[in-house]
Amino acid sequence: MTAVQTPSVDAPVDGPGGSKLGSTIKRVIASNPSVLPTVAAIVIFIGMVIYGEVAYGRIVQYNTLSNLLINNAHLIILAAGMTFVILTGGIDLSVGSVIAFSSVAGVMLANAGWNPWVVIVLMILIGTVFGLASGILIQYFNVQPFIATLAMMFLGRGLASLLSTQPERLADDSQLLWLGEQFKLIDGEKVNDVVITPGVIIAFVVVLVAFFVLHRTRTGRTVYAIGGSESSSALMGLAVPRTKILVYVISGTLSGIAAVVYTSRLGIAQNITGIGWELDAIAATVIGGTLLTGGYGYVLGSVVGALVLGLMNVLITRDGGIPPEMTTIITGGILLVFVLLQRAVTSKRQT
Amino acid sequence: MSEALPIVEMRDISIEFPGVRALDGVDFRLFQGEVHALMGENGAGKSTLIKALTGVYKIDGGSIVVAGQERQLHGTRDAQSAGISTVYQEVNLVTNLTIGENVMLGHEVRGAFGVNWRATHEAATEALARLGLEHLDTHRPLSTLSIAMQQLVAISRAMAIKAKVLILDEPTSSLDAAEVEGLFRVMRTLRDQGVAILFVSHFLDQIYAISDRLTILRNGRYEGEYLTRDLDRHALISKMIGKDLNSLASLGGNRRVDARDYAAEAPLLSAKGLGRRGSIEPTDLDVHRGEVVGFAGLLGSGRTELARLLYGADRADDGEVTLHGKRVDLRAPADGLGKRIAFSTENRRDEGIIGDLTVRENMILAVQAERGWARPIPRKEQDELVDQYIEALNVRPPDPNRLIKNLSGGNQQKVLLGRWLATKPELLILDEPTRGIDVGAKAEIQEAVAQLAEDGVSVVYISSELEEVVRLSERIVVLKDHQKIGEIVNGADVTAQMVVDVIAAHGVEAAERDIIDAEAPHTNDASHPGDAQHTTVPATAATEEES
Repeated sequence: MTAVQTPSVDAPVDGPGGSKLGSTIKRVIASNPSVLPTVAAIVIFIGMVIYGEVAYGRIVQYNTLSNLLINNAHLIILAAGMTFVILTGGIDLSVGSVIAFSSVAGVMLANAGWNPWVVIVLMILIGTVFGLASGILIQYFNVQPFIATLAMMFLGRGLASLLSTQPERLADDSQLLWLGEQFKLIDGEKVNDVVITPGVIIAFVVVLVAFFVLHRTRTGRTVYAIGGSESSSALMGLAVPRTKILVYVISGTLSGIAAVVYTSRLGIAQNITGIGWELDAIAATVIGGTLLTGGYGYVLGSVVGALVLGLMNVLITRDGGIPPEMTTIITGGILLVFVLLQRAVTSKRQT
Repeated sequence: MSEALPIVEMRDISIEFPGVRALDGVDFRLFQGEVHALMGENGAGKSTLIKALTGVYKIDGGSIVVAGQERQLHGTRDAQSAGISTVYQEVNLVTNLTIGENVMLGHEVRGAFGVNWRATHEAATEALARLGLEHLDTHRPLSTLSIAMQQLVAISRAMAIKAKVLILDEPTSSLDAAEVEGLFRVMRTLRDQGVAILFVSHFLDQIYAISDRLTILRNGRYEGEYLTRDLDRHALISKMIGKDLNSLASLGGNRRVDARDYAAEAPLLSAKGLGRRGSIEPTDLDVHRGEVVGFAGLLGSGRTELARLLYGADRADDGEVTLHGKRVDLRAPADGLGKRIAFSTENRRDEGIIGDLTVRENMILAVQAERGWARPIPRKEQDELVDQYIEALNVRPPDPNRLIKNLSGGNQQKVLLGRWLATKPELLILDEPTRGIDVGAKAEIQEAVAQLAEDGVSVVYISSELEEVVRLSERIVVLKDHQKIGEIVNGADVTAQMVVDVIAAHGVEAAERDIIDAEAPHTNDASHPGDAQHTTVPATAATEEES
């Protein structure tokens, strides 16, 4: 236990000080220094936007920002699910493969003439089943989350390859494509419009629900408590086994939803879809300020993390001079900076 | 205390583990509005009985009746819904959440939009107020509180879920005297509110200070239930260990060592200006062959830090160490080990035992490390070594193949002692070897230390219990604020109070007041052997408050 010693049992507590707003902000930061990495992620995101605008132009405008959301909606959904898992101190490596399997299966079923709504539900359920399997392995068979979800990752990829090794294209008149259709909200000059897709709306809803669950329900608080100390949580009488399985079910289900959103946007699915996305989701979560050891972090931070990664790709494309191979190096660099930042924050707390 | 129906009645409880009968027909009853101490040596079955009552272990025989209803308890949640709440020695809260959240976790007040945080924090404040802690800001992170305060928060949590039975399993073992007094105040308040409190502690002083009634267990059997005021210490200890107290005294419990004259002898180990920035100021220290040197000081005074430098667990950035007159470089534990220096940590659970290994494996670890992993110790040699120390140190149960985490604390400590003795050290550093263990095991460990010294092994002995240090050491090195402030050569006139005075006299102000307050009730009767009296030094040195 990393407690800061206070003088004695009857330690006096700081009296009310300063303005109300100031003390509230101070209290929030004092009560949870881990907001700092999340704040840092927001600052970096804003910094990237400003840099991009100054260096390349045409960043702070309707269509660029709209596209940023549209192109990263699936990643935002994945990162939200990953946040639950990482908050408990676990990890889910299977999300990318789940998307591959779910989307290949979904496209094939849709092309076989199944009702699109049934297809969507099945695609989501595939994710749920994978998450449930991981959760049960982890909780009842005591398998390390890393290994359990790694197994699920291979399984999902294998199943997707069994179904097809060709790109499966949705029929042009498939109703599934509606989810990826762009709706113009504000008609700007030329192509500078505010556009939105149902996929983006789904991502918004997912994030809002995730936020509500994490901060406004007992289940959500149990997620944080497990990340703080699993054994203590059990001794406090919290529903640890149920919650641990639940976070993987959530992550799996959201992978299914991400598969729907992604497939409907591209209209194509392939067994190699989503390779490395689990790592993107983890990176987004970590950049957003969630501690890999669990217990600290925010789903809104993960959204910012996903946007940082997305914006980085935009900037690299705009620059033109940076070879695309550099993308992963830069991602790695940003990730490293954030992990070091978290280290600094946690070590401060421990002294 | 009314002789009404007990709130908890455990009848004829039996629990078996593979090969062992941990509890054998034990009766236990607990009344509302009393503090009931559960007494017994390590391994007597106290923890097992508590775990039966909290639903962690399934009982193999007997019945548990709570508030007139027979209950089958499966897990903490069951126990909680029966109104039984437990606060353990290691605080079982989560430090990543706020005080208020910890108090209310799993019982947050819910409204139309999920958890109503305002109401939740109000409810938490209310629960804290029952303990007189309404001044705590429930929005602050739990990690900003001392362990003692965290313990009180854990108790508030029990109150927030309306517990009628509060189990306190060794809550005082990491608290200083003032903090213990704070805890007792809270316990009395709750008792007066009608809460039934089951209390476990190894400190007899505390048992007599707080408990109304006690139940004694011995070797998994029920020994008897007594009113605390009817049973004096002698009788209590005798009943706990099952033999007359005088036989305990012969174990070495009240041994006294007088310093020998080492002037003519070159020291085994000599440190000159040994220090490390931020942990211990440059320090001179000599240890002679066969000498027991005690380190006395507050928690955080630098005693552990100095010991770690002597072993090489930390690297000194100043000064030098000579061993047998030759300069040695201690950069890593392997260096210390190679120079026949052994260090047994104060942090038994995290730095000492490896819970999932057996007693045998734990014991041979250091010898094996010293030989190098390429040359495994033959099984036969292992068995001989392990059997030898199990017998010599009276490890119970004497089963080398049992996982060490299933042993009681005292016996784990003996295994650790065995681990280091197996390396045949010339200098053995023991950091708090007797913390949290019972009278019998403590006497046995003290006896082992005395015997070692007679056999020519030098020992550095660190303990918060000054009586123990005074009893065992020939020389006492007094530390304070990360530096050595004096050395006392032990003799007939040296008492624990003298050590306290040295600490108090050096530097002044708050620390001094604390110590005198804390020590005053402890300085009487020196006639009881074993751990009849304790001088635990307050942990709140001024320096610690800043970190």
